[in-house]
Amino acid sequence: METDTITAISTPVGEGAIAIVRLSGPEAIPITAKLFKGKNLRKVESHTIHYGKIMDPQTNEVAEEVMVSVMRSPKTFTREDVVEINCHGGMVAVNRVLEIILGSGARLAEPGEFTKRAFLNGRIDLSQAEAVMDLIRAKTDKAMSVALKQMDGRLSGLIERLRQDLLETVAHVEVNIDYPEYDDVEEMSHDTMRKKTKEVHAEIENLLQVAKQGKILREGLATAIIGRPNVGKSSLMNTLVQENKAIVTEVPGTTRDIIEEYVNVRGVPLRLVDTAGIRETEDIVEKIGVERSRQVLKESDLILFVLNYNDVLTEEDEKLFKAIQGLDYIVIINKTDLDQKLDLARVKELAEGNPVVTTSLIEEAGVDELEKAISTTFFEGEIDTGDLTYVSNVRHIQLLKQAKQALEDAMEGLKLEMPLDIVQIDVTRTWEFLGEIIGDTASDSLIDQLFSQFCLGK
Amino acid sequence: MTYDAGHYDVIVVGAGHAGVEAGLAAAKMGAKTLMLTLNLDMIAFMPCNPSIGGPAKGIVVREIDALGGVMGKVIDKTYIQMRLLNTGKGPAVQALRAQADKPLYIKEMKNIIENEKNLTLRQGMVDSLIVEDGVCKGVITETHAAYRAETVIITTGTFMRGKVLMGDLEYESGPNNQRPTIKLSENLEELGLEITRFKTGTPPRVNSHTIDYSKTEIQPGDEKPQSFSYETTEYITDQIPCWLTYTNEFTHEIINENLSLSSMYSGMKRGTGPRYCPSIEDKIVRFNDKPHHQIFLEPEGRDTEEVYVQGLSTSLPESIQHGMVRSVKGLENAEIMRAGYAIEYDAIVPTQLWPTLETKNIPGLFTAGQINGTSGYEEAAAQGIMSGINAAAKVLGKDPVILDRSQAYIGVLIDDLVTKGTNEPYRLLTSRAEYRLLLRHDNADLRMTELGHQLGLISEERYAKFVEKYRLVEEEKKRLQKLVVKPSPEVNGILEEAGAAPLKEALKAYDLLKRPELSYDLLAPIIDAPELSNEVTDQVGIQIKYEGYIKKANEQVDRMLKMEDKKIPSDIDYDDIGGLATEAKEKLKKVRPLSVGQASRISGVNPADISILIVYIEQGNIARLAN
Repeated sequence: METDTITAISTPVGEGAIAIVRLSGPEAIPITAKLFKGKNLRKVESHTIHYGKIMDPQTNEVAEEVMVSVMRSPKTFTREDVVEINCHGGMVAVNRVLEIILGSGARLAEPGEFTKRAFLNGRIDLSQAEAVMDLIRAKTDKAMSVALKQMDGRLSGLIERLRQDLLETVAHVEVNIDYPEYDDVEEMSHDTMRKKTKEVHAEIENLLQVAKQGKILREGLATAIIGRPNVGKSSLMNTLVQENKAIVTEVPGTTRDIIEEYVNVRGVPLRLVDTAGIRETEDIVEKIGVERSRQVLKESDLILFVLNYNDVLTEEDEKLFKAIQGLDYIVIINKTDLDQKLDLARVKELAEGNPVVTTSLIEEAGVDELEKAISTTFFEGEIDTGDLTYVSNVRHIQLLKQAKQALEDAMEGLKLEMPLDIVQIDVTRTWEFLGEIIGDTASDSLIDQLFSQFCLGK
Repeated sequence: MTYDAGHYDVIVVGAGHAGVEAGLAAAKMGAKTLMLTLNLDMIAFMPCNPSIGGPAKGIVVREIDALGGVMGKVIDKTYIQMRLLNTGKGPAVQALRAQADKPLYIKEMKNIIENEKNLTLRQGMVDSLIVEDGVCKGVITETHAAYRAETVIITTGTFMRGKVLMGDLEYESGPNNQRPTIKLSENLEELGLEITRFKTGTPPRVNSHTIDYSKTEIQPGDEKPQSFSYETTEYITDQIPCWLTYTNEFTHEIINENLSLSSMYSGMKRGTGPRYCPSIEDKIVRFNDKPHHQIFLEPEGRDTEEVYVQGLSTSLPESIQHGMVRSVKGLENAEIMRAGYAIEYDAIVPTQLWPTLETKNIPGLFTAGQINGTSGYEEAAAQGIMSGINAAAKVLGKDPVILDRSQAYIGVLIDDLVTKGTNEPYRLLTSRAEYRLLLRHDNADLRMTELGHQLGLISEERYAKFVEKYRLVEEEKKRLQKLVVKPSPEVNGILEEAGAAPLKEALKAYDLLKRPELSYDLLAPIIDAPELSNEVTDQVGIQIKYEGYIKKANEQVDRMLKMEDKKIPSDIDYDDIGGLATEAKEKLKKVRPLSVGQASRISGVNPADISILIVYIEQGNIARLAN
């Protein structure tokens, strides 16, 4: 039996829909009750739902109006005490509730962890163990790759720099310990350590501010829409965005501005890019050649390649296929409302197993299939993917907070004039938390740093 | 062809720092033990630096002693200088280091071994193992003696296919021109063990009479008596200093000009050397902006004039070594007595071992010490005692003994070796221990003595003393928790003198002791301190002062141990687990971790793999319950 309480957003996000924050574990009810203004949830019957407000304990303000379901062990999904907090949608509100809960003693669930607990507590049948393992694998891999892809390069760069700073400081303390007679470096002083921790602390606070505004994530996975002129690229974008921001016209090449749109397709955050560079397909492939256009396209996480059902496959189309070979792409055969001139068998052959969907964007046909194809490209199999959209952001914030707390412990130790080798324990923890954000937890780094920074030995 | 030379419970091959601890531990636990070594005059010989201990390593020596080993006792009897290092830092990183009298150390150790009942010491070169049905059953020597045994521990150090390198000179040899072990290494390879090749080196020794010490800085020992062993009561007061000097631009010029003559820089492919123990050539090449490097002159004993030139480890030709040595201040007229050299040797890839140090593929065969890819006398001794305990335990039908990472540096060392392996000779560093605040020099007895006593390695008398010590510690802590200190001129006078803020209201003595400026000794006059030994009051002081940090570390340990408690069935088939990543599967198949905790420390096994592993194991458990 697990002893800690986990939480996560357990519904896909959609504008206006109700989002649920779920808690499971021995502290699920006490943690919620502490934050809940309304009935005393500790005393309510099992399997009942209650209206009230989630309070932010730090500001004592109302964070969100909610409906809370209380379900006591063992008749629950995980067979532990479970609480579900229904929020009125909106990423900001639901994230805030989750953050407050994370600050009150629950831990962010790992991908697939609710299901894992359900299994470990005997709720899920033995025959389904295989499925549970597959789900953990898929969810974790995707969560990690989505998280990494979503992080802005500058931010990961900043975190890496902070980590390097901390690592050098830690290595300095370590060299003082392991090589006390090594006179090439001065003994690390409390003052230097104070200065260093203060600097890093300020940077982490900044990062937290940025993260809270939601800017730590790139706005979705970069998605390029390509295809010959007038195949329906802008219509596709419009359909996905459901707004008329791009100019739709029958004249080839009239999409003037570089347009970016953020859309959420079944839990997959996409940043649709329709840039001049990628728009003029004949330009990029012919002017800069297949190899270089591949470089441009490689920067995209997903390519939507639009073909015209009403036209034969041209040399250009074949070149584009070559340019996107090996990348993640979906072929969209548009204009099925018109007569077929396209050789579908040849398209399937060229697509090499990538999904091919047919649409008539004018008649709004085939859009469901397209969205399904997008979602399965990133999340294989039948997986509830909703939480992945923002789990990475919450995870980042949580880790940043833990890093900040560890650093504050170090600063407290410095204030108390604790020996530096003890203060350093908390500095190392800070370094580890920051490492988890960017997926780097190699424990040998310190020893590598030690021997590259200092000339040691007998 | 062979003759029957006898039957033993445990055979230890080698009598270096690992071998002696292994043999003594096994014998003391009641196993009939044979110790075979190439040369009876070289028992526990120190082929490199004449010192024992230092950060992390010194704590290991304390742990070995607290378990019932001998390294601490022998060095306490034979040191020429002793120092407590890192005294200005926290209690967790303080450690003892002693300069050893090398010949005397050998003499003392040999004597202990000769007088251990149950232990037979014999000179002999082991050529091969007796392996029957895949199980190790004994050894055969070059003199055709066949010794049969239940378990065999190989502790052959750097002797296996050892090769000495000095400039263009190279010859097969163990350290210090002893005979190398060739056939045994070949035999192990034939038996299917994976072998890697490492190298290490040693500096020249010079004659003390030819050193001008007036040009160097003196490095004396501590005046305060110290000891590694908890049983030592007599201290050596007549200490001999070491001396500090530096290389300079001339030294570096000589080395740079002759770099191509160094065995290690001649372009030949060589074994991997340790980064933390670089040759002087490595230092000059890798840190070419450093104008000088430290050189410590360390006497090799009281009755010898040989001085170890720490910092000048080299494989340059002898002809160049003279000039190099003489370019150093204070060594202008120094006469080299033995030239420095590098040595290459076979080591066993340590992931082939269980955490008991028994090989996975050949039951009954254990390996310990430098053969497992470590470096250092202390690391060797640590593995020695654990292999001895586990070999004897196996014969006597007792449970294996595996120390975890929160119990001892010994646990960190062995877990690192068998879980992660090593691609260079492995040295213990304090930074390898996650819970070093718990793995202190001062509490090694608290961590190890109970276990040592259970195993029969700690005498009743010593155990009673240990129990009494910690009874007094607890009693005094309780007393201080109840004792209220009120502000008074006397109290505040003492506080002010220590640079601490005066008391404004009454405070528990326990909490007062938490203030960083104050110590137990300082407060003694105002807390009615009873007659207690320093050992007890030190322990009280540390436990109270660092209580918060110790608590935090213990919480981390609890989380770690929860994962250690999740055992992996020995018959697990990783190929049957669909969800595991390919890399994780390969690593798990190789390391065969005993617990989920150990699995999680294998590089390349990520948290998702661990989750999947847990689900898989649980599935098996449920299935078993259902049946």
